[in-house]
Amino acid sequence: MDYNGGTVLAMAGKNCVVVGSDKRLGVQNLTLSTEFQKVFPVTEKCYIALPGLATDVQTLSELFRLKCNMYKLREEREIEPLTLANMISSTLYGRRFGPYFCEPIIAGLDKNNKPHIYGMDLIGCLNFPDDFAVAGCAEAALFGMCESLWEPDLEPDELFETASQALLSAADRNSIVGWGAVIHTM
Amino acid sequence: MEFLLGMTGKDFTLTISDTAATRSIIVFKNDEDKSLELNKHVLMLYSGSPGDTLHFAEYIQRNVKLYEIKNGIELTPKATATFTRREMATSLRSRKPYNVNLLIAGYDVTTSLPHLYWIDHLGTNATMPYAAHGYGAFYTLGILDKYHRPDISLDEAKAIAKKCIEELKTRFFINLSGFKVKVSDKDGIREIEI
Repeated sequence: MDYNGGTVLAMAGKNCVVVGSDKRLGVQNLTLSTEFQKVFPVTEKCYIALPGLATDVQTLSELFRLKCNMYKLREEREIEPLTLANMISSTLYGRRFGPYFCEPIIAGLDKNNKPHIYGMDLIGCLNFPDDFAVAGCAEAALFGMCESLWEPDLEPDELFETASQALLSAADRNSIVGWGAVIHTM
Repeated sequence: MEFLLGMTGKDFTLTISDTAATRSIIVFKNDEDKSLELNKHVLMLYSGSPGDTLHFAEYIQRNVKLYEIKNGIELTPKATATFTRREMATSLRSRKPYNVNLLIAGYDVTTSLPHLYWIDHLGTNATMPYAAHGYGAFYTLGILDKYHRPDISLDEAKAIAKKCIEELKTRFFINLSGFKVKVSDKDGIREIEI
């Protein structure tokens, strides 16, 4: 989990949700890239954030893209956040004794535009927070930042600012996290 | 102790690889070419366990060629890198994974852009303006941070490559015996002297 660096977070607001990550890819303390994608769109209103071992981040993003495209073709509708979270959870548990080293966070709005945030560990044990979810190398620092900055019913702009400040402050305290960040607002 | 480096320029990709074939503390050979041409415009550089390296590289090269014969198209650098990453990631969770690090350097004739992909033995694929594998990365990435721009000419790239090699010769405690420099551009792949 600490080999390539990287961290992600998601926060819920009033009828809105944000998800973000840093952009660093490294091998331990050697930074290789500052443009590495860790947050992947699934639908217009749902994103998966994948922190952890970079090879598994890429393998899983490709696998989930395949599964979501197949779902869309079979069901003729977009996947809902809760359905997606359960699909990811069972995919990870399918590798219970040889796991992918990745702790996904799912953030999105359902068909009634209600915010949803899900977190899970590397074998797919789901978490259902109403406020925020964090994962990756700066998880501990992010918990502290989110705990002090987040408040209920934030508007999209305020939520974006809160998440940005939490992510940047946490990233600054961790040497293998940072080098730019990205936040998606829904 | 092996060293691979690549950098993109305005309309080309330049690569450097060391030429020492070693086992433990013995140098067997001083003119080893650690690269394979996947097609006319895409070059793959490899380092890692001897045996694994050439076996994996040839496996990729032949599958790329097979795909191109079957479908009558030339694969882009991105397509070859994506395919190679997938094979490496599959191998990672097999009984005996390949211990090979790769750089895929090429020129995309469909968009007229140079490309460079960094792939490690775990199957991490990252696209970068300049990249390196091995201990040499610690010495050379700083030089590239300072001097590299996305629009450099071939002469400028050669000058930066020279600086990188000089740095290795002065600061790296192992004397790498030689380097092969290759360029991939619209005319294909060729070896150059710097």
